[in-house]
Amino acid sequence: MANTEFYRRDRRWHPAPNVPNYKSTVLRSPQRPLLSLPQSPVDLSSPVFGHAKLDPLDHDLILNYGTGAEAVGERIVVHGRVLDQNGAPVSGALIEIWQANAGGRYRHVRDGYLAAIDPNFGGCGRVLTGADGKYAFRTIKPGPYPFRNNGSDWRPAHIHISIFGAAFTQRLITQFYFEGDPLIAKCPIVNTIADPAAIDMLVAKLDLENQGPYDHLTYRFDIVLRGRRSTFFENRPEGN
Amino acid sequence: MPVEPLNETPSQTAGPYVHIGTLPSVAGLNVRTQEKLDVAAPANAAGERIFIEGTVRDGAGTLVTDAILELWQADSKGKLPGFWGRAATDFKTGLYRFETVKPGKVAGTPDAPFVTLLIFARGLNIHLHTRMYFADEKDANAADPTLKAVGDPALAATLIGARSTESGKTVYRFDIRLQGDGETVFFDI
Ligand SMILES: [Fe+3]
Repeated sequence: MANTEFYRRDRRWHPAPNVPNYKSTVLRSPQRPLLSLPQSPVDLSSPVFGHAKLDPLDHDLILNYGTGAEAVGERIVVHGRVLDQNGAPVSGALIEIWQANAGGRYRHVRDGYLAAIDPNFGGCGRVLTGADGKYAFRTIKPGPYPFRNNGSDWRPAHIHISIFGAAFTQRLITQFYFEGDPLIAKCPIVNTIADPAAIDMLVAKLDLENQGPYDHLTYRFDIVLRGRRSTFFENRPEGN
Repeated sequence: MPVEPLNETPSQTAGPYVHIGTLPSVAGLNVRTQEKLDVAAPANAAGERIFIEGTVRDGAGTLVTDAILELWQADSKGKLPGFWGRAATDFKTGLYRFETVKPGKVAGTPDAPFVTLLIFARGLNIHLHTRMYFADEKDANAADPTLKAVGDPALAATLIGARSTESGKTVYRFDIRLQGDGETVFFDI
């Protein structure tokens, strides 16, 4: 197994830590620069999550709250591939999912938004990528919701995801949005990212060809995790 | 031939409702209640059984009560893959707490024993990465290249967990300051 380091994280591509228009960043962002370290064997390894950990309905948020009835909302399937920066599929990656219901309300003791709770929707799921890096889950499209920032800013419809790759250096939590949503461009959290091309990577694309006729729309969202640097000058065969 | 690597998917904040997907019972969901992710090492793991606990505070000194932390470490003999855990800061007290075993020194590295901690929260656009070293490993800590690279002893002190015994249990206290006085050293790894 190659133990070469991963590409450094491009901190200008990721959102900046302190963006005053997203007010929660102001007191929570470190002021001293991050200290760059070489990647240790701890950073280059990762916990392994197997299928044994998952429940059969973990990838089906329409049914997995377990009441026996289906969640309300626009039925969607989200699918895609998890690749590393070298274009290689990342298999066995655990993706954890959480989201608001169709009205924009989270099932969380701290969410007091006035939109109704859906008695048949929890908003929590997970899925593992296959050998080809592919994943899919079924849910309802979450609603936009307001949050206390500049009075009342609105979040575009989004799904939160957490991903474990093959090394802890690949750890990532992010959110994805839905193609065509006019709130994306207005959102202070989206706009913590400076580069429009980086924002576009977080927009799931409508995949009309793969719809489930008279059942659901399908969105495509691919994910890229950090990749290992090549070792061009190492004097041994590939695959060590 | 070197090939231009793809861009990494950009990070976004985990937000205030991170528990739903990561620690659902903390969010009040009656699912996966059997999971005890704050216990990183199984009960039968070899080594000294320890607890790691502390708070997370912002630049105004206010408790951050909506963070989750992830722990990743070698086992007690320094072997990998080791133990992974996840804990939330308590909504009222702000305390997070892990149960695990004390890691060993990883063979082939000059590093003193440590646990990696990642912090995710509302207002953190990308997670923060730090390490807790052990106060009772003075000699190993003195030789540790990371603690040396930090330099200033006051800054290095932000990376050391203080050891104590509480009702017969070994507890390391590790308070995290996101910003300002006593700001914890965070890494780009
Ligand atoms: Fe959200």
